[in-house]
Amino acid sequence: MTKIIAIEWKLFLREPGAVAFGVLFPTVLILVLGAIPALRTPDPAFGGLRFVDGYVSTLVVIALAFLCLNKLPSTVATYREKGILRRYSTTPVHPGKLLAAQLVVNSIAAGISVLLVMVVCRLVFDVDLPHHPLGFAAACLLGTTALSALGLLIAAWSPTARAANGWAAGVFMLVMFFGGAYLPRFLLPEVLVRIGEHLPPGVGALQEAWLGTAPSLVHLGILALTTVVAGTVAARSFRWE
Amino acid sequence: MAVIEVVDLVKRYGSKVAVDGVSFSVDEGEIFGVLGPNGAGKTTTVECVEGLRAPDSGTVRVFGFDPRADRDEVRRVLGVQLQESELPERIRVGEVMELFASFYERPADWRELLELLGIADKAKAEYRALSGGQKQRVSIALALVGKPRVAVLDELTTGLDPQARRDTWSLVEGVRDSGVTVVLVTHFMEEAERLCDRLALIDAGKVVAVDSPAGLVARLGGEQTVRFRPTSALDTALLAALSEVTAVAQHGPQVVVTGTGNLLHAVTSVLARNHVVAADLRVEQAGLDDAFIRLTGRELT
Repeated sequence: MTKIIAIEWKLFLREPGAVAFGVLFPTVLILVLGAIPALRTPDPAFGGLRFVDGYVSTLVVIALAFLCLNKLPSTVATYREKGILRRYSTTPVHPGKLLAAQLVVNSIAAGISVLLVMVVCRLVFDVDLPHHPLGFAAACLLGTTALSALGLLIAAWSPTARAANGWAAGVFMLVMFFGGAYLPRFLLPEVLVRIGEHLPPGVGALQEAWLGTAPSLVHLGILALTTVVAGTVAARSFRWE
Repeated sequence: MAVIEVVDLVKRYGSKVAVDGVSFSVDEGEIFGVLGPNGAGKTTTVECVEGLRAPDSGTVRVFGFDPRADRDEVRRVLGVQLQESELPERIRVGEVMELFASFYERPADWRELLELLGIADKAKAEYRALSGGQKQRVSIALALVGKPRVAVLDELTTGLDPQARRDTWSLVEGVRDSGVTVVLVTHFMEEAERLCDRLALIDAGKVVAVDSPAGLVARLGGEQTVRFRPTSALDTALLAALSEVTAVAQHGPQVVVTGTGNLLHAVTSVLARNHVVAADLRVEQAGLDDAFIRLTGRELT
């Protein structure tokens, strides 16, 4: 199993696009946005905080959305379409292990991406490290599992890699929108902010844990529920070829 | 001892019956061919043997194990080269060999295997950089890396150029000589004739015959064909009257005589007696494709 993970990790690193978007992009984005002085000054419009403070949770959403909703389903659907899962089926190793390895690889990449954002935000913009580290870790982990489960569900239901990419792009846009990647969340109408808080990967829980208190159990519960439901349905309905 | 035993195998896709009561057994140490036109049910049959598909009825045994119920036991002894199966584009040949070797308890030395297949210099190359023939070799190497006792090779040489095809044939013989039983799925008559010790002829989901290539051809009763172009007028009825001749046909300037026994001698004697010179004279022995046409009533496509 560790051997499969090691190989899949190498393959991940060999894809410049995956590394650039999944791992480096959120950090680059905050560096670019942070270069604008107005976004570095506390403002009542941002609830008395700076824009960069309020945006950190969105950066996590961007990283997770790309890895779990873009990279994961497209890789899995390609593996199926090219008969790679079938080839595993002919060996003593079940192809499910390849999917598990993919989940691990994406989670590692997500972890690195988030750590990079935290370190850069702290060093460059003096954004606090997460106030509630345990809650933040829990929110990150459950956010990753929830989006991964959705990503696998897309891969499970798509007949081809093309279809998987299409569906994934749609869900990706929704998650990015509600996560505040397109329009900062404070500009969104109240009702959209409330909806977005509760949707995976749980931007509400991330923001709370970063700058405030422990994330609400409702937020975490929704993530856990999404993981279990989408994960179960994906596993039950997954087509191996 | 039978390595693989298939009895009354039936597999349907919806209302379409892909495999309709196929039975055969493969003996240890032979190259067994599964021959038939595209869509005859060859691949579905071997997929049931590989455990990739569940039969609707009938039984399949590999060394006595059920490929579905005894998944692991069968996969430890059965190496599979799939038709149309790729690998991740950027994986290196050496990496994938090492990875798949790790799936087995006592794998073959994959470096030796690459050496044997003539792609040892490609160990560091990425899969996407390989040619069709090289990819095929990697696929064979992966089928053999678990030191299987039986290897199923599906449409091994499709898409290869003639030279690569001949090289691959020698390779398959080498695999058999190393003690591995081989099941070869193919729609190439020439390939089956050249390689197989025995073969099952499959058409429209049914086994038409199981025999050696020579045995199948012998069913035609030593049929042969003589073709020539008469340089002066020839009454073909003279040829049709010969006891050795079963049929005479005229294709433009060419006369085609089919028959048995000492056909050539009989035909040339008639020509000599009538002072007709035969140009472009050719004799053809019946081959596997003739046997196929005779047994199924149609041409292999």
